[in-house]
Amino acid sequence: MKRPMQIAVLVFTVGATGGLLASGGEKEGSKILTQASNAKWQAECASCHMAYQPGLLPERSWRKLMAGLDKHFGENASLDPATAEEITRFLAANSADRSGNRRSARIAASIPAAAVPLRISETAYFRRKHDEIASDIWRRAKVGSPANCQACHQAAEKGDYSERNVKIPR
Amino acid sequence: MRKTSILFALPLWAGLSAAAAPEQILRDLEAEARRDSQTFTAFSAVRGEQFYRTERAGVDGGKISCASCHTADPRALGKTRAHKEILPLAPGANRERFTDPAKVDKWFRRNCNDVLGRACTAVEKGDFLAWLLSVK
Ligand code: HEC
Ligand code: HEC
Ligand code: HEC
Repeated sequence: MKRPMQIAVLVFTVGATGGLLASGGEKEGSKILTQASNAKWQAECASCHMAYQPGLLPERSWRKLMAGLDKHFGENASLDPATAEEITRFLAANSADRSGNRRSARIAASIPAAAVPLRISETAYFRRKHDEIASDIWRRAKVGSPANCQACHQAAEKGDYSERNVKIPR
Repeated sequence: MRKTSILFALPLWAGLSAAAAPEQILRDLEAEARRDSQTFTAFSAVRGEQFYRTERAGVDGGKISCASCHTADPRALGKTRAHKEILPLAPGANRERFTDPAKVDKWFRRNCNDVLGRACTAVEKGDFLAWLLSVK
Protein backbone atom coordinates (compact mmCIF):
# COMPACT_ATOMS: atom_id res chain seq x y z
CA MET A 1 0.00 0.00 0.00
CA LYS A 2 2.95 2.27 0.58
CA ARG A 3 4.25 2.21 -2.95
CA PRO A 4 1.32 3.90 -4.71
CA MET A 5 1.53 6.72 -2.18
CA GLN A 6 5.23 7.19 -2.88
CA ILE A 7 4.64 7.20 -6.60
CA ALA A 8 1.86 9.74 -6.19
CA VAL A 9 4.16 12.00 -4.16
CA LEU A 10 6.93 11.60 -6.72
CA VAL A 11 4.64 12.40 -9.64
CA PHE A 12 3.36 15.44 -7.81
CA THR A 13 6.86 16.68 -7.01
CA VAL A 14 8.12 16.27 -10.57
CA GLY A 15 5.00 17.96 -11.91
CA ALA A 16 5.33 20.89 -9.50
CA THR A 17 9.02 21.40 -10.32
CA GLY A 18 8.25 21.33 -14.04
CA GLY A 19 5.57 23.96 -13.48
CA LEU A 20 7.99 26.20 -11.61
CA LEU A 21 10.60 25.95 -14.33
CA ALA A 22 8.06 26.76 -17.03
CA SER A 23 6.53 29.75 -15.28
CA GLY A 24 9.23 31.59 -13.37
CA GLY A 25 12.62 30.16 -14.22
CA GLU A 26 13.60 32.46 -17.07
CA LYS A 27 13.16 35.98 -18.29
CA GLU A 28 10.80 34.98 -21.09
CA GLY A 29 8.46 33.36 -18.57
CA SER A 30 5.44 35.56 -19.17
CA LYS A 31 5.73 35.04 -22.92
CA ILE A 32 4.79 31.43 -22.42
CA LEU A 33 1.03 31.08 -22.56
CA THR A 34 -0.76 30.14 -19.38
CA GLN A 35 -0.96 26.37 -19.06
CA ALA A 36 -4.60 25.86 -18.18
CA SER A 37 -5.96 22.40 -18.74
CA ASN A 38 -9.23 20.54 -18.80
CA ALA A 39 -9.63 16.82 -19.49
CA LYS A 40 -12.64 17.17 -21.83
CA TRP A 41 -10.95 19.92 -23.84
CA GLN A 42 -7.81 17.82 -24.16
CA ALA A 43 -9.80 14.76 -25.26
CA GLU A 44 -12.13 16.55 -27.71
CA CYS A 45 -10.10 19.42 -29.16
CA ALA A 46 -6.81 17.66 -29.85
CA SER A 47 -7.89 14.83 -32.15
CA CYS A 48 -7.78 16.76 -35.45
CA HIS A 49 -5.12 19.36 -34.52
CA MET A 50 -3.21 20.40 -31.41
CA ALA A 51 -5.30 21.74 -28.53
CA TYR A 52 -4.94 25.48 -29.22
CA GLN A 53 -4.44 27.26 -25.88
CA PRO A 54 -7.50 29.21 -24.71
CA GLY A 55 -5.22 32.27 -24.35
CA LEU A 56 -4.90 32.48 -28.15
CA LEU A 57 -8.42 33.90 -28.76
CA PRO A 58 -10.80 36.18 -26.86
CA GLU A 59 -13.88 34.90 -25.09
CA ARG A 60 -16.31 36.07 -27.80
CA SER A 61 -14.40 34.08 -30.42
CA TRP A 62 -14.48 30.88 -28.37
CA ARG A 63 -18.21 31.27 -27.73
CA LYS A 64 -18.93 31.70 -31.44
CA LEU A 65 -16.66 28.81 -32.42
CA MET A 66 -18.21 26.48 -29.83
CA ALA A 67 -21.72 27.38 -31.03
CA GLY A 68 -20.90 26.23 -34.58
CA LEU A 69 -19.05 22.94 -34.09
CA ASP A 70 -21.32 21.09 -36.52
CA LYS A 71 -19.83 23.27 -39.29
CA HIS A 72 -16.28 23.66 -38.04
CA PHE A 73 -14.03 24.81 -40.92
CA GLY A 74 -15.84 22.44 -43.26
CA GLU A 75 -16.00 19.56 -40.78
CA ASN A 76 -18.41 18.13 -38.31
CA ALA A 77 -16.84 18.41 -34.85
CA SER A 78 -20.10 18.34 -32.92
CA LEU A 79 -20.28 17.33 -29.26
CA ASP A 80 -23.02 16.43 -26.82
CA PRO A 81 -24.42 19.57 -25.13
CA ALA A 82 -22.96 18.87 -21.65
CA THR A 83 -19.42 18.38 -22.98
CA ALA A 84 -19.68 21.43 -25.23
CA GLU A 85 -20.84 23.54 -22.31
CA GLU A 86 -17.99 22.44 -20.04
CA ILE A 87 -15.39 23.15 -22.74
CA THR A 88 -16.95 26.54 -23.52
CA ARG A 89 -16.76 27.51 -19.85
CA PHE A 90 -13.11 26.44 -19.68
CA LEU A 91 -12.14 28.32 -22.86
CA ALA A 92 -13.99 31.46 -21.77
CA ALA A 93 -12.43 31.52 -18.29
CA ASN A 94 -8.90 31.24 -19.71
CA SER A 95 -9.40 33.26 -22.89
CA ALA A 96 -7.00 35.89 -24.24
CA ASP A 97 -8.98 38.74 -22.68
CA ARG A 98 -9.26 37.05 -19.28
CA SER A 99 -6.09 34.99 -18.71
CA GLY A 100 -3.84 37.84 -17.51
CA ASN A 101 -0.94 36.52 -19.61
CA ARG A 102 1.05 39.21 -21.43
CA ARG A 103 1.12 37.55 -24.84
CA SER A 104 -2.58 36.75 -24.59
CA ALA A 105 -3.36 40.38 -23.74
CA ARG A 106 -1.49 41.49 -26.88
CA ILE A 107 -3.43 39.07 -29.05
CA ALA A 108 -6.70 40.37 -27.60
CA ALA A 109 -5.60 43.98 -28.10
CA SER A 110 -4.84 43.33 -31.79
CA ILE A 111 -8.48 42.45 -32.53
CA PRO A 112 -10.94 45.31 -33.24
CA ALA A 113 -13.79 45.41 -30.72
CA ALA A 114 -16.42 44.59 -33.35
CA ALA A 115 -14.52 41.64 -34.85
CA VAL A 116 -15.05 38.02 -33.78
CA PRO A 117 -12.31 36.03 -35.55
CA LEU A 118 -12.66 32.24 -35.50
CA ARG A 119 -9.05 31.73 -36.47
CA ILE A 120 -5.96 32.64 -34.46
CA SER A 121 -4.21 32.82 -37.81
CA GLU A 122 -6.54 35.66 -38.88
CA THR A 123 -5.69 38.00 -36.02
CA ALA A 124 -3.51 41.08 -36.63
CA TYR A 125 -1.13 39.84 -33.95
CA PHE A 126 -0.58 36.56 -35.80
CA ARG A 127 -0.15 38.29 -39.16
CA ARG A 128 2.40 40.68 -37.72
CA LYS A 129 4.43 37.92 -36.12
CA HIS A 130 4.43 35.87 -39.33
CA ASP A 131 4.81 38.60 -41.95
CA GLU A 132 8.20 37.27 -43.07
CA ILE A 133 6.87 33.86 -43.99
CA ALA A 134 6.30 33.53 -47.75
CA SER A 135 3.04 31.99 -48.92
CA ASP A 136 4.71 28.93 -50.46
CA ILE A 137 6.12 28.02 -47.04
CA TRP A 138 2.59 27.70 -45.60
CA ARG A 139 1.80 25.25 -48.38
CA ARG A 140 4.81 22.97 -47.86
CA ALA A 141 3.73 19.35 -47.30
CA LYS A 142 5.08 19.32 -43.75
CA VAL A 143 3.28 22.56 -42.87
CA GLY A 144 -0.01 22.49 -44.79
CA SER A 145 -1.55 25.64 -43.34
CA PRO A 146 -0.95 28.39 -40.75
CA ALA A 147 -3.16 26.42 -38.34
CA ASN A 148 -0.46 23.73 -38.02
CA CYS A 149 1.43 25.60 -35.28
CA GLN A 150 3.51 22.68 -34.05
CA ALA A 151 4.95 22.05 -37.53
CA CYS A 152 7.23 25.06 -36.83
CA HIS A 153 6.85 25.70 -33.10
CA GLN A 154 8.39 22.61 -31.49
CA ALA A 155 7.01 23.45 -28.04
CA ALA A 156 3.59 24.75 -29.19
CA GLU A 157 1.71 22.20 -27.11
CA LYS A 158 3.35 23.65 -24.01
CA GLY A 159 2.25 27.15 -24.97
CA ASP A 160 5.82 28.13 -25.88
CA TYR A 161 6.02 30.04 -29.17
CA SER A 162 9.34 31.75 -28.45
CA GLU A 163 11.91 32.27 -31.20
CA ARG A 164 14.38 29.73 -29.87
CA ASN A 165 11.89 26.90 -30.37
CA VAL A 166 11.00 27.72 -33.99
CA LYS A 167 12.17 25.60 -36.89
CA ILE A 168 10.48 25.80 -40.29
CA PRO A 169 10.43 22.32 -41.90
CA ARG A 170 11.87 21.94 -45.41
CA MET B 1 -5.05 3.48 4.14
CA ARG B 2 -8.51 2.50 3.06
CA LYS B 3 -9.00 5.74 1.20
CA THR B 4 -5.95 5.19 -0.98
CA SER B 5 -7.07 1.74 -2.02
CA ILE B 6 -10.44 3.11 -3.10
CA LEU B 7 -8.71 5.90 -4.98
CA PHE B 8 -6.58 3.47 -6.90
CA ALA B 9 -9.34 0.95 -7.57
CA LEU B 10 -11.65 3.54 -9.09
CA PRO B 11 -9.85 4.20 -12.40
CA LEU B 12 -9.47 0.46 -12.90
CA TRP B 13 -13.17 -0.12 -12.46
CA ALA B 14 -14.09 2.81 -14.67
CA GLY B 15 -11.75 1.50 -17.37
CA LEU B 16 -13.32 -1.93 -17.30
CA SER B 17 -16.88 -0.71 -17.52
CA ALA B 18 -16.19 1.42 -20.61
CA ALA B 19 -14.14 -1.10 -22.57
CA ALA B 20 -15.64 -3.46 -25.13
CA ALA B 21 -14.13 -5.73 -27.76
CA PRO B 22 -14.53 -4.84 -31.46
CA GLU B 23 -16.37 -8.17 -31.82
CA GLN B 24 -18.94 -7.03 -29.25
CA ILE B 25 -19.47 -3.77 -31.11
CA LEU B 26 -19.94 -5.82 -34.29
CA ARG B 27 -22.55 -8.01 -32.56
CA ASP B 28 -24.44 -4.94 -31.37
CA LEU B 29 -24.42 -3.56 -34.93
CA GLU B 30 -25.72 -6.90 -36.17
CA ALA B 31 -28.68 -6.79 -33.78
CA GLU B 32 -29.39 -3.25 -34.96
CA ALA B 33 -29.14 -4.27 -38.63
CA ARG B 34 -31.66 -7.06 -38.06
CA ARG B 35 -34.06 -4.65 -36.43
CA ASP B 36 -33.70 -2.13 -39.30
CA SER B 37 -33.91 -4.50 -42.24
CA GLN B 38 -35.92 -7.68 -42.74
CA THR B 39 -33.76 -8.78 -45.66
CA PHE B 40 -30.46 -8.52 -43.76
CA THR B 41 -28.51 -11.77 -43.65
CA ALA B 42 -24.86 -11.05 -42.77
CA PHE B 43 -22.23 -8.31 -42.95
CA SER B 44 -19.91 -8.36 -45.94
CA ALA B 45 -16.23 -7.39 -45.75
CA VAL B 46 -16.25 -6.96 -49.54
CA ARG B 47 -19.04 -4.38 -49.32
CA GLY B 48 -17.21 -2.79 -46.37
CA GLU B 49 -14.05 -2.23 -48.36
CA GLN B 50 -16.05 -0.77 -51.23
CA PHE B 51 -17.80 1.57 -48.83
CA TYR B 52 -14.44 2.70 -47.40
CA ARG B 53 -12.98 3.51 -50.81
CA THR B 54 -16.00 5.02 -52.60
CA GLU B 55 -15.37 8.67 -53.39
CA ARG B 56 -18.23 11.13 -53.01
CA ALA B 57 -18.63 14.85 -53.58
CA GLY B 58 -17.42 16.74 -50.51
CA VAL B 59 -18.74 20.07 -49.21
CA ASP B 60 -15.80 21.97 -50.72
CA GLY B 61 -16.47 20.55 -54.19
CA GLY B 62 -13.59 18.06 -54.01
CA LYS B 63 -13.85 14.29 -53.72
CA ILE B 64 -13.91 12.65 -50.31
CA SER B 65 -13.92 9.07 -48.99
CA CYS B 66 -13.03 7.37 -45.70
CA ALA B 67 -9.61 6.76 -47.27
CA SER B 68 -9.04 10.53 -47.67
CA CYS B 69 -8.05 10.76 -44.01
CA HIS B 70 -7.48 7.13 -43.02
CA THR B 71 -5.44 6.46 -46.24
CA ALA B 72 -5.75 3.60 -48.74
CA ASP B 73 -4.40 1.18 -46.11
CA PRO B 74 -6.31 1.30 -42.79
CA ARG B 75 -3.26 -0.22 -41.05
CA ALA B 76 -1.22 2.87 -41.90
CA LEU B 77 -1.01 6.28 -40.24
CA GLY B 78 -3.58 8.74 -41.56
CA LYS B 79 -3.80 12.50 -41.56
CA THR B 80 -6.58 14.93 -40.64
CA ARG B 81 -7.44 17.91 -42.81
CA ALA B 82 -5.77 20.00 -40.13
CA HIS B 83 -2.54 18.05 -40.79
CA LYS B 84 -2.38 15.99 -37.63
CA GLU B 85 -1.42 12.32 -37.66
CA ILE B 86 -4.24 9.77 -37.20
CA LEU B 87 -3.30 6.42 -35.66
CA PRO B 88 -4.28 3.34 -37.73
CA LEU B 89 -8.00 2.50 -37.84
CA ALA B 90 -7.71 -1.29 -38.21
CA PRO B 91 -7.87 -3.04 -34.80
CA GLY B 92 -5.11 -5.39 -36.04
CA ALA B 93 -2.73 -2.43 -36.14
CA ASN B 94 -4.14 -0.41 -33.21
CA ARG B 95 -5.64 -2.28 -30.30
CA GLU B 96 -7.47 0.75 -28.97
CA ARG B 97 -9.80 0.96 -31.96
CA PHE B 98 -13.43 -0.08 -31.56
CA THR B 99 -13.14 -0.62 -27.81
CA ASP B 100 -15.10 2.46 -26.67
CA PRO B 101 -18.70 2.43 -28.01
CA ALA B 102 -19.25 6.14 -27.25
CA LYS B 103 -16.12 7.11 -29.18
CA VAL B 104 -17.08 4.85 -32.10
CA ASP B 105 -20.58 6.41 -32.23
CA LYS B 106 -19.19 9.93 -32.11
CA TRP B 107 -16.81 9.44 -35.02
CA PHE B 108 -19.32 7.53 -37.16
CA ARG B 109 -21.72 10.43 -36.60
CA ARG B 110 -19.14 13.05 -37.63
CA ASN B 111 -17.34 11.23 -40.42
CA CYS B 112 -20.43 9.79 -42.10
CA ASN B 113 -21.88 13.28 -42.11
CA ASP B 114 -18.75 14.73 -43.69
CA VAL B 115 -18.38 12.02 -46.32
CA LEU B 116 -21.98 11.01 -47.14
CA GLY B 117 -23.90 14.04 -45.94
CA ARG B 118 -26.05 11.77 -43.74
CA ALA B 119 -25.75 9.20 -40.95
CA CYS B 120 -24.46 5.71 -41.85
CA THR B 121 -26.84 2.77 -41.56
CA ALA B 122 -26.12 -0.14 -39.21
CA VAL B 123 -25.43 -2.31 -42.28
CA GLU B 124 -22.84 0.16 -43.61
CA LYS B 125 -21.14 0.40 -40.22
CA GLY B 126 -21.13 -3.39 -39.77
CA ASP B 127 -19.77 -4.07 -43.26
CA PHE B 128 -17.06 -1.51 -42.63
CA LEU B 129 -16.05 -2.99 -39.28
CA ALA B 130 -16.19 -6.55 -40.66
CA TRP B 131 -13.72 -5.48 -43.35
CA LEU B 132 -11.42 -3.70 -40.87
CA LEU B 133 -11.34 -6.83 -38.70
CA SER B 134 -10.42 -8.92 -41.74
CA VAL B 135 -7.33 -6.88 -42.77
CA LYS B 136 -4.46 -8.31 -40.79
C1 HEC C 1 -13.22 16.66 -36.68
C2 HEC C 1 -11.96 17.37 -36.62
C3 HEC C 1 -11.87 18.56 -35.65
C4 HEC C 1 -12.17 18.59 -34.31
C5 HEC C 1 -12.70 17.46 -33.45
C6 HEC C 1 -11.87 19.95 -33.86
N1 HEC C 1 -11.38 20.69 -34.91
FE1 HEC C 1 -10.75 22.64 -34.80
N2 HEC C 1 -10.28 22.57 -36.81
C7 HEC C 1 -10.47 21.49 -37.66
C8 HEC C 1 -10.05 21.85 -38.99
C9 HEC C 1 -10.11 20.94 -40.23
C10 HEC C 1 -9.57 23.19 -38.92
C11 HEC C 1 -8.97 24.02 -40.07
C12 HEC C 1 -7.49 23.71 -40.15
C13 HEC C 1 -6.72 24.45 -41.23
O1 HEC C 1 -7.13 25.54 -41.64
O2 HEC C 1 -5.67 23.92 -41.64
C14 HEC C 1 -9.72 23.60 -37.53
C15 HEC C 1 -9.36 24.86 -37.04
C16 HEC C 1 -9.55 25.30 -35.74
C17 HEC C 1 -9.19 26.62 -35.26
C18 HEC C 1 -8.56 27.74 -36.09
C19 HEC C 1 -7.05 27.57 -36.26
C20 HEC C 1 -6.45 28.76 -36.97
O3 HEC C 1 -6.01 29.70 -36.29
O4 HEC C 1 -6.41 28.78 -38.22
C21 HEC C 1 -9.54 26.69 -33.94
C22 HEC C 1 -9.36 27.86 -33.01
C23 HEC C 1 -10.12 25.38 -33.59
N3 HEC C 1 -10.09 24.56 -34.70
C24 HEC C 1 -10.60 25.06 -32.34
C25 HEC C 1 -11.15 23.82 -32.01
C26 HEC C 1 -11.73 23.51 -30.71
C27 HEC C 1 -11.83 24.46 -29.53
C28 HEC C 1 -12.13 22.19 -30.76
C29 HEC C 1 -12.81 21.37 -29.68
C30 HEC C 1 -14.13 21.82 -29.27
C31 HEC C 1 -11.83 21.70 -32.11
N4 HEC C 1 -11.26 22.72 -32.83
C32 HEC C 1 -12.08 20.40 -32.57
C33 HEC C 1 -10.96 20.25 -37.29
C34 HEC C 1 -11.37 19.88 -36.02
C1 HEC D 1 5.54 27.94 -41.16
C2 HEC D 1 5.95 27.89 -39.78
C3 HEC D 1 5.02 28.48 -38.70
C4 HEC D 1 3.73 28.10 -38.39
C5 HEC D 1 2.89 27.01 -39.05
C6 HEC D 1 3.31 28.93 -37.28
N1 HEC D 1 4.33 29.78 -36.94
FE1 HEC D 1 4.33 31.11 -35.39
N2 HEC D 1 6.15 31.78 -35.95
C7 HEC D 1 6.93 31.26 -36.97
C8 HEC D 1 8.15 32.07 -37.11
C9 HEC D 1 9.28 31.82 -38.11
C10 HEC D 1 8.04 33.08 -36.14
C11 HEC D 1 9.04 34.22 -35.88
C12 HEC D 1 10.01 33.81 -34.82
C13 HEC D 1 10.69 35.03 -34.30
O1 HEC D 1 11.47 35.64 -35.04
O2 HEC D 1 10.40 35.39 -33.16
C14 HEC D 1 6.80 32.87 -35.41
C15 HEC D 1 6.35 33.66 -34.37
C16 HEC D 1 5.25 33.38 -33.57
C17 HEC D 1 4.89 34.09 -32.37
C18 HEC D 1 5.65 35.24 -31.74
C19 HEC D 1 6.88 34.74 -31.01
C20 HEC D 1 7.59 35.86 -30.29
O3 HEC D 1 8.30 35.55 -29.32
O4 HEC D 1 7.42 37.01 -30.66
C21 HEC D 1 3.73 33.52 -31.89
C22 HEC D 1 2.98 33.88 -30.63
C23 HEC D 1 3.37 32.47 -32.82
N3 HEC D 1 4.30 32.41 -33.82
C24 HEC D 1 2.24 31.66 -32.69
C25 HEC D 1 1.84 30.75 -33.65
C26 HEC D 1 0.58 30.02 -33.57
C27 HEC D 1 -0.43 30.12 -32.45
C28 HEC D 1 0.51 29.22 -34.69
C29 HEC D 1 -0.62 28.32 -35.12
C30 HEC D 1 -1.97 28.87 -35.10
C31 HEC D 1 1.74 29.46 -35.46
N4 HEC D 1 2.50 30.40 -34.80
C32 HEC D 1 2.06 28.84 -36.66
C33 HEC D 1 6.62 30.17 -37.74
C34 HEC D 1 5.38 29.53 -37.77
C1 HEC E 1 -11.76 14.46 -42.60
C2 HEC E 1 -10.99 13.35 -42.09
C3 HEC E 1 -11.72 12.01 -41.88
C4 HEC E 1 -12.49 11.33 -42.79
C5 HEC E 1 -12.85 11.72 -44.22
C6 HEC E 1 -12.93 10.11 -42.12
N1 HEC E 1 -12.43 10.07 -40.84
FE1 HEC E 1 -12.79 8.63 -39.46
N2 HEC E 1 -11.66 9.63 -38.10
C7 HEC E 1 -11.01 10.85 -38.32
C8 HEC E 1 -10.37 11.28 -37.10
C9 HEC E 1 -9.57 12.56 -36.90
C10 HEC E 1 -10.64 10.28 -36.14
C11 HEC E 1 -10.21 10.25 -34.66
C12 HEC E 1 -8.76 9.99 -34.57
C13 HEC E 1 -8.31 9.34 -33.31
O1 HEC E 1 -9.08 9.09 -32.40
O2 HEC E 1 -7.12 9.04 -33.28
C14 HEC E 1 -11.46 9.27 -36.81
C15 HEC E 1 -11.92 8.13 -36.18
C16 HEC E 1 -12.84 7.26 -36.72
C17 HEC E 1 -13.48 6.19 -35.99
C18 HEC E 1 -13.27 5.85 -34.51
C19 HEC E 1 -12.66 4.51 -34.30
C20 HEC E 1 -12.24 4.25 -32.88
O3 HEC E 1 -12.71 3.31 -32.26
O4 HEC E 1 -11.36 4.99 -32.38
C21 HEC E 1 -14.34 5.58 -36.87
C22 HEC E 1 -15.30 4.42 -36.58
C23 HEC E 1 -14.20 6.25 -38.15
N3 HEC E 1 -13.27 7.26 -38.04
C24 HEC E 1 -14.89 5.89 -39.31
C25 HEC E 1 -14.82 6.59 -40.50
C26 HEC E 1 -15.61 6.24 -41.68
C27 HEC E 1 -16.62 5.11 -41.76
C28 HEC E 1 -15.28 7.15 -42.65
C29 HEC E 1 -15.86 7.26 -44.07
C30 HEC E 1 -17.32 7.30 -44.15
C31 HEC E 1 -14.30 8.07 -42.07
N4 HEC E 1 -14.04 7.68 -40.78
C32 HEC E 1 -13.75 9.16 -42.71
C33 HEC E 1 -10.98 11.54 -39.51
C34 HEC E 1 -11.67 11.21 -40.66
